[in-house]
Amino acid sequence: MSSEETSNVQVMPADKAKIKQIWKVAGILGLITSIEFIIAFTIPTGYFKLTVFVGLTILKAAYIVGEFMHLKHESKSLMWSILLPMIFVIWMLVAFRYESGAILDARGW
Amino acid sequence: MSTATTEISSNSNVWSGGQSPFKASYGKLMMWFFLLSDAFTFSALLVTYGMIRYSHAAYDPSVHTAIVDNVFPFSTNYWPLPDFVFNSFPFAHDLGFDHAPLVFVGIMTFILIMSSVTMVLAVEAGHRMDKKAVEKWMLWTIIGGLTFLGCQAWEWTHFIHAGSSLSSNPYGPSDFAALFFFITGFHGTHVFSGVVLNFMVYYRTVTGMYERRGHYEMVEKIGLYWHFVDLVWVFVFTFFYLI
Repeated sequence: MSSEETSNVQVMPADKAKIKQIWKVAGILGLITSIEFIIAFTIPTGYFKLTVFVGLTILKAAYIVGEFMHLKHESKSLMWSILLPMIFVIWMLVAFRYESGAILDARGW
Repeated sequence: MSTATTEISSNSNVWSGGQSPFKASYGKLMMWFFLLSDAFTFSALLVTYGMIRYSHAAYDPSVHTAIVDNVFPFSTNYWPLPDFVFNSFPFAHDLGFDHAPLVFVGIMTFILIMSSVTMVLAVEAGHRMDKKAVEKWMLWTIIGGLTFLGCQAWEWTHFIHAGSSLSSNPYGPSDFAALFFFITGFHGTHVFSGVVLNFMVYYRTVTGMYERRGHYEMVEKIGLYWHFVDLVWVFVFTFFYLI
């Protein structure tokens, strides 16, 4: 029964441009990771290095979510429904980073 | 009155029903909302790491013992530099080099990114109803996931053999080891469930379930989850190993 149904399935030919785009994004992700690797050994520890790392990580995240997870090509209302709630994480990060400084001071190291 | 009737019949009004405002299926939408909640969980874990790390003193070479011959002076008084904690590689000791910072975790990152790529290729093949190609790319994705888990098992074994546990840590403050086990463990559990789900998708592709159903949307939904696991690793890599 199933063989008779499967024989009707039309396999469409691969879209070369689409596959090329996938490998392009893969290349970009690999390249960014390599850059992070080089920075890890060349730039001294500090706020500049931290900023560069966070920036590159967000760039990688944008490629994964936008292209691989296809969010860039979904409807705008779906995209913002997923992205906007992440604002709370930014606040959480700011609040707890501030708190950690206060704890360090209280410990008196 | 007459305009209202025409609007309802032609479904041009968003509120008159009969259309999906997000233009996505129920299953895909729910996967997105689940991933959003999961993103909050992982964010909380990583923010906790940052909070605990910066509530400890940072290593300062002008004040603390200097690094000599790539041997870091581990102490519970300050947070260790991750380069000197995660610097081992399988068989590296036998080959004569003991300090290979970030190499192993860098390879793990590449493996996971590559398995994300093969997953997109599986989704693409599913759109074309190409059963053979979906099987091939799903299998590569499963292999990538299992390789990553194997690497993580090696790293955990190495870390535990060095004397780390949830309450003790030879590399500095005990919180460091506890956070390592919690964060990479929680991520590893996600990878494991992802591999199980990927295997189920592979199995159902092979048996022709999706072909009979007429679409491969399940590959897309599980694909979203798999990319998310990769996404979280990108953040773990930066905040735990690089910074």
